[in-house]
Amino acid sequence: MSTPVRSDFLQIEGVTAVFDGFKALDVSYFGVDWGDLRVVIGPNGAGKTTLCDVISGKTKPTTGKVVIDEKDVTRWRDTEISALGVGRKFQTPSVFDSLTVYENMELALPGRRRAWQNLFGRETAEQRDRILALLERTHLIGRKDHLARDLSHGQRQWLEISMLMVSGARLLLVDEPAAGLTDTETALTADLLLELKGNHTLIVIEHDMEFVRRLGSRVTCLCQGRVLADGTLDQVSSDPQVIEAYLGRGKAGR
Amino acid sequence: MAEYPIDPRQFALTRAIAGLGWRGTLLGFDRRAPAIGAAFLLLAIPVFYAVGLLDLAQVNQLGRYCAIALVAIGLDLVWGYTGMLSLCQAMFFTLGGYAMGMHLAMQGPKDGKGVPTSISYVSSEVDGLALPWFWQPFAHEWFTLVAVLAVPAIVAGLFGWLAFRSRIKGVYFSIITQALTVALMTLFSLNLLKLGGTNGLTNFTHLLGCDIRTGEAKLALYWVSALALIGAALFAWWLTTTRFGRILVAVRDSEARLRFAGYQPVIFKTAVFTLAAVLAGIGGALYVPQTGIVTPSDMAAVPSIMVVVWVALGGRGTITGAVVGALLVNLIYALLTTHMPKFWPFILGAVFVSVVLFMPDGIVGQWRKLIAWAQRGKARA
Repeated sequence: MSTPVRSDFLQIEGVTAVFDGFKALDVSYFGVDWGDLRVVIGPNGAGKTTLCDVISGKTKPTTGKVVIDEKDVTRWRDTEISALGVGRKFQTPSVFDSLTVYENMELALPGRRRAWQNLFGRETAEQRDRILALLERTHLIGRKDHLARDLSHGQRQWLEISMLMVSGARLLLVDEPAAGLTDTETALTADLLLELKGNHTLIVIEHDMEFVRRLGSRVTCLCQGRVLADGTLDQVSSDPQVIEAYLGRGKAGR
Repeated sequence: MAEYPIDPRQFALTRAIAGLGWRGTLLGFDRRAPAIGAAFLLLAIPVFYAVGLLDLAQVNQLGRYCAIALVAIGLDLVWGYTGMLSLCQAMFFTLGGYAMGMHLAMQGPKDGKGVPTSISYVSSEVDGLALPWFWQPFAHEWFTLVAVLAVPAIVAGLFGWLAFRSRIKGVYFSIITQALTVALMTLFSLNLLKLGGTNGLTNFTHLLGCDIRTGEAKLALYWVSALALIGAALFAWWLTTTRFGRILVAVRDSEARLRFAGYQPVIFKTAVFTLAAVLAGIGGALYVPQTGIVTPSDMAAVPSIMVVVWVALGGRGTITGAVVGALLVNLIYALLTTHMPKFWPFILGAVFVSVVLFMPDGIVGQWRKLIAWAQRGKARA
């Protein structure tokens, strides 16, 4: 691994996360520049989701420091980190099932997070147009008045991504967006994520190598909580340590 | 919402009702029919009394049911919309009831030292009891009104905030709320608390200078209860149409997603739990002058569970359902306990099981489904 160059938007330094003596995460340095799309790969249990948990404040690191946009957020609450502009897409699509697609988007709009602010008033015409434009982009416009529970798996994934887009989040943590999608759905998902790149900073966790190749972005490989390799997909996949991590497990299993 | 193992469409009974529902739309009924019908009936009760169709005891009974239905509206917001099965709504009802009961006792018969008979009878003090300090402000109407609203609100707000902050959810929340109501019942049963012990408070005579035993007062109390119920139902319905209401549903669907969208579920859960407690407290305060007694057993475990049964039968997640369920079950209860008291628990059990199996959305939820089917059928025709 080359010596890390300090990144300007997200820095994770010396972070460990220990659960019952098990070190799920042990990252000496991980950083992402503003506007970048970073793909995180790694075998099962490598600590990819824990990395997202630590950044979003769901899990507090045992040691180390998380800095987002020059703010040390290590001890911040999850809602405070969210207010800073960190949005998250869960591994299984997580939307509000009993609300319509439009209502889901409306709740994701920025601002109005206090209880009393939600009693009166509707979204502005400008916010409405933004929602409709986004739904158009994600092919959900025809289903805007349907309940989210009636959507297909792929549509739910897009709805969740659309909610992140409308929320004005600056750092998006996207956990396995292509899981369970058809090939055409996967292609659209990749296009959406690439479109977000530049205006947002993204961390995408993915298993599907075809999808990772399509994203064509810098890849970080985690294994047993540590950063194994970092670079283009070709560089990472030819790294002997990475090959060892993926194939060695197979050997050990026998 | 939960998935149900049985599709209601596959049963002859529900298909027959579906047919009726279809004819219903032809007659001009729509999904609001239960709400409009219930409100109309409640307002027509005094007319029925005036023309002699109902007697005073029946009007009084219906007035009490209106008061009880306020509790159901609160539980529907907490359970039907927000997904938290609270088993202590009768406790908030009884707290409101006690606040009103203390005021009524202060207006009622007293012993030589000016102590209401309710508590002087059960006092173990040989010398006779002096009026406890916390009883004195209940002589004032305004203080009583504030206490009716504030006591349940403070208990619910404090307990809710602590429970929700500790992320107590699901069945753990249900159990802890049930334990809370039983604990408070035990506390209120103590004579040394000077709230009348297990006998509770009774011997009520006057409220706002009127004798509450007269027919006029009973009719007036009916009006107040019915209008309070309609007002509360409209308020709750309005609340569910706001963004606040959609956030409550979002708490039920996915609290984690809501938290990562930047909302603090604790605040919304505490707010709705407190609101439900206030509604229950108002219900209790309206119930007690109409029934003439309030005792600690009003906050036993069973009354709170009955509220759940009303909401489930009427249709959780629909405000009208809570009202219809509360009124209907209590009317059936009154009818059956008069004519065949031994069968009441069996019939209630049978009704509950069949509704859960055949109409999982409750009466009003099922009605709305039928109307939707009928409208689709009509669109096709």
